[in-house]
Amino acid sequence: MTATATAPETTATPADQPLLSVAALSVTFGSQPVLRDISLDLAAGETLAVLGESGCGKTVLLKTMIGLVQPTTGAVLFEGQSLSGMTERQLAHLRTRYGFVFQGAALFDSATIAENIAFPLREHTRLAAHEIDEIVSELVAEVGLPQTVLQKKPVQLSGGMRKRAGLARALALDPQLVLYDEPTTGLDPIMSDVINELILRVRQRPRTTSVVVTHDMRTAHKVADRIVMLYPLPRLEPDESQIIFSGTPAELDHSTDPRVRQFVEGRAGQRLDELREEQARATVWQTAAPRDPETAPPGQQEDLS
Amino acid sequence: MDSSTTSATPRHGVTGWFANRVADVGDMAITMVAGIGDVTLFALRTVGWLFSRRQRREVLLPNFYQIGVLSLPVVALTGLFIGMVLAVQSYAQFKALGLQTRLGSVINLSLVRELGPVLAATMLAGRVGSAMAAELGTMRVTEQIDALESMGANPIYYLVVPRFLGCLVLIPTLTIMADFMGVLGGYIYSHAVLGIDYHHYWANSREYVDAFDFLMGLFKSFFFGGAIALVSCHHGFHCDHGAQGVGRAATNAFVHSFVLILILDLFLGIGLNSVQDIFRPEGPRKLL
Repeated sequence: MTATATAPETTATPADQPLLSVAALSVTFGSQPVLRDISLDLAAGETLAVLGESGCGKTVLLKTMIGLVQPTTGAVLFEGQSLSGMTERQLAHLRTRYGFVFQGAALFDSATIAENIAFPLREHTRLAAHEIDEIVSELVAEVGLPQTVLQKKPVQLSGGMRKRAGLARALALDPQLVLYDEPTTGLDPIMSDVINELILRVRQRPRTTSVVVTHDMRTAHKVADRIVMLYPLPRLEPDESQIIFSGTPAELDHSTDPRVRQFVEGRAGQRLDELREEQARATVWQTAAPRDPETAPPGQQEDLS
Repeated sequence: MDSSTTSATPRHGVTGWFANRVADVGDMAITMVAGIGDVTLFALRTVGWLFSRRQRREVLLPNFYQIGVLSLPVVALTGLFIGMVLAVQSYAQFKALGLQTRLGSVINLSLVRELGPVLAATMLAGRVGSAMAAELGTMRVTEQIDALESMGANPIYYLVVPRFLGCLVLIPTLTIMADFMGVLGGYIYSHAVLGIDYHHYWANSREYVDAFDFLMGLFKSFFFGGAIALVSCHHGFHCDHGAQGVGRAATNAFVHSFVLILILDLFLGIGLNSVQDIFRPEGPRKLL
């Protein structure tokens, strides 16, 4: 079963080709399926938030969009061209049009912040050193960091500062598509809001498209034009779609799907029952096991006799 | 290749037990062949990037410093002690035969052909190989390798080629250092402690050790250097998640590098002996 999430008409006309398409995508690691038959289109200029519980495959979906994870079946198409069919060189060139903000920022430990942000510029442009320095300086200011961080190593910065430096690096080549992996995870509410504001500012750049993977409802509501919610495969029936919701943030609030409601309202619900059952089973096993001479450890068998 | 499919269907009974064991062996064989294929492809890609694009000085130098300069003390110490230990262990036997002055030839021949290159490489597999696997493993776990790829940069070009070049160039250089310190250590102990006459010590060394022996050891160290870099970087690149994964990558990098050094040493030794027989049928020549 394929779940197709189409872009709202306000951001793209039907004649427009989507910037990125995910077509019947499935990803399996070893014998464990993570994504099943995911299809969605991303129109140029829109901001899509991908919501879902931890472990539902959000990050894997994001990484397949840039070719860091290969689809088991299906395809990811950037402007109609499949990433799987590209040579290593073509893919490297295409990635200059992407910006990827990693969950832990993924700044290079051995380099300074300035070197980190300058990396894509040195790799893909022929700019002079002083021009690169100017751009780096502007980017640092754009994400609201002081110029003093430039000569520091990532380890000397706080989590929020590292995230902002990671965002500055992702924006260095003025990307068309910015992918955010859990941008506010692990940050305090104030810093989370700063990051949300920065995502909004990036959104205002002309024709910049964004995909934000998050489980933070505030982020999704604040930055997204459209929200897609994924559900963990192990708890789905074989014929159920893994995309359990696709629509605007307002539609999400009025969704009647109990699985969506549970996530939106942050209720453990059925998961709490599962937890209780699991604990009860463990307690029964612990109390029953020593009484059973067949299964009790040797020391306890002697005690029982 | 999904090897889990074979072991996922256990059979019961005596026949089943044997079938399961055969399946386990099959699983191991598949994993091993896939692993060797993976390392081979990794090596081919590394060599491909080595020749297709020049390395930047600012990327190469820190790696050369890590591999070469920081390894100098430990390699020098290893060489010095091997030389001295060889003198300690061989002296009694040679004295019983009244051939103490031949000690130099045995110490120096063993050093330049075998012990210098192999023990220097072993020490470097521990110091450099484990460090490379741990560093790259941490970069994998913290998504820094993914970040490189996401920015359109090739991680093999940026992370593996400089380390491979460093090991290829500097491990033979460090082997020369280990050889030199070993020769020095053996001589100091033989002359200063065992009282062997320096003239006869060096005269015998010159008679039995020649340039071929020295170059044979050096030739092997190129292969040891390449093996350490490729095995260690491969383990770092394919590191499992978490601290345990990084630890395992570092340990496996050393163990597998060491095993590969021993295997290479055996086969290169056999090959080089055949070459020696072809080019030097008259026996050893003088080094100087």
